[in-house]
Amino acid sequence: MRQKLVLHFPSTVVEQPFVYHLVKDMKLMVNILKANINPRKEGRMVVEVSGEKEDFLEGVEFLQSRGVKVFPLEQEIVWVKEKCTQCGACTVICPSGALSLKRPEMEIQFDDDKCIICEYCIKACPARAMEARY
Amino acid sequence: MLVKRTYEEINAKIRAGKAVVVTAEEVVSMARERGVEETAASVDVVTTGTFGPMCSSGVFLNLGQTKPKIKIKELYLNGVEAYSGLAAVDAYLGATQIPETDPANKRYPGDFNYGGGHLIEELVAGKEVLMEATSYGTDCYPKKKAEKMISLEEMPQAFLFNPRNAYQNYNVAVNLSDKTLYTYMGILKPDLGNANYSTAGQLSPLFNDPYYATIGMGTKIFLGGGIGYVSWFGTQHAPEAPRGDNGVPLAPAGTMAVIGDLKQMDPRWLRGMSFLGYGASLMVGIGIPIPILSEEILRHTAVGDDEIFAPVVDYSEAYPQGTGDTLGQVSYAELKSGEITIGERVVPSAPLSSYPGAREIAAMLKEWIQKGEFMLSRPAFTLPATNEGVDYMKSVGPAFSE
Ligand code: SF4
Ligand code: SF4
Repeated sequence: MRQKLVLHFPSTVVEQPFVYHLVKDMKLMVNILKANINPRKEGRMVVEVSGEKEDFLEGVEFLQSRGVKVFPLEQEIVWVKEKCTQCGACTVICPSGALSLKRPEMEIQFDDDKCIICEYCIKACPARAMEARY
Repeated sequence: MLVKRTYEEINAKIRAGKAVVVTAEEVVSMARERGVEETAASVDVVTTGTFGPMCSSGVFLNLGQTKPKIKIKELYLNGVEAYSGLAAVDAYLGATQIPETDPANKRYPGDFNYGGGHLIEELVAGKEVLMEATSYGTDCYPKKKAEKMISLEEMPQAFLFNPRNAYQNYNVAVNLSDKTLYTYMGILKPDLGNANYSTAGQLSPLFNDPYYATIGMGTKIFLGGGIGYVSWFGTQHAPEAPRGDNGVPLAPAGTMAVIGDLKQMDPRWLRGMSFLGYGASLMVGIGIPIPILSEEILRHTAVGDDEIFAPVVDYSEAYPQGTGDTLGQVSYAELKSGEITIGERVVPSAPLSSYPGAREIAAMLKEWIQKGEFMLSRPAFTLPATNEGVDYMKSVGPAFSE
């Protein structure tokens, strides 16, 4: 199975090597989609985990036992290309570089993998071409 | 060799399918490679384009009479008020008007999800809108209330009439304060967090004809996906703005009023906009063909982004207070690179106007002309190049007898 998860790390556990255990001990594939982790602060990570169902459940249990909160990724930000006017206004608002301009064409490109779902673009886009989907 | 062409000669070539047409982007490299003289000798028309938010836009509507007849005093279309202090069922709907029910900035920053601009887009897209009209009743117009769904098709006439579009140059907006600003120039993050600009640079119509040698009342243009005309010089037209050696203004300068039949336009090029904390607007696509009547005119179209400069203006103080202060000039080449330098600071820059849209419009117009479908028109008078305005008694249009 394959699922996207949002992991919340309390400040006390941030520096422990979780991903290592998931990969090594549970044989899971972990693709880190975005990470916002700072020493001694709360952290947030979006990962895509794939592997056997049993391993997956074991992995989730392992994380929870260490104080990590695990949520399924329910929300997704989509770029509605037909609504986009290619203005580029969102590129200075998006903090992750998920929305950027291809130069010299000045065409907008949206890189899903870089999006940290901050939702800033949703109201910053004058054409309302960025949407949150659940 | 001195290049001289007349509108009549150019149109004859268009009709014959032999006109040489290039876009204002293509002409830059062409002139740099082959020189201005040779380029002017071969090119007949240069097409320009811009696709950006233009707040000073709106439509005149005739809604068609009801039975019995009504002289509308107050009119709402999908809750957006249209000005109806005209004859019976005529009205003007402005792009930035928002519904009475919109909380606006009471919930700061307001969303402004719907307004005149969105309504115009919906009408052009063929959607029905709710019309609510009230009146006081007269002997000739007894009806006091009318309510119905109406579409653009049912309206006897509707034309886009924008009093100020296609600004020749515009401010680069920044924020020197410590709080986020929500403006018609987009979101400006505190402490020089970003710099927003809003013209298509080298593709923008008036940058390509800086002294208005060819653009004026009656110039046939691409407007909102259809055909329109330049109808006047726009509000705030300021031709005497400071200019660089190449004649290009260094500050907001010329503007134009444009007009066109709404019924032949395309919602792709008339888009309702929502600017967080500012309001609603309309993004308008405009393209203007520039006839290469002389080498001088070609030289002006060949100016590139690195030779066009815009003033950087602080929107926390200088703009709202109208101090006129600027933080210097930056080129459109820098702006398009994604970073500009203001003093010691490197600031990320972003456009509000769509460069790909501008390029597409210029290319479309080029194709129309190449196919012989779009003839150029000679304006009755060109946009005034000085604050003196136009001598209407004498005006006969440019370059006719040459
Ligand atoms: S949600 Fe945030 S990170 Fe994702 S595209 Fe929008 S602004 Fe960028
Ligand atoms: S701000 Fe909206 S319309 Fe403009 S480029 Fe970004 S997604 Fe497209």
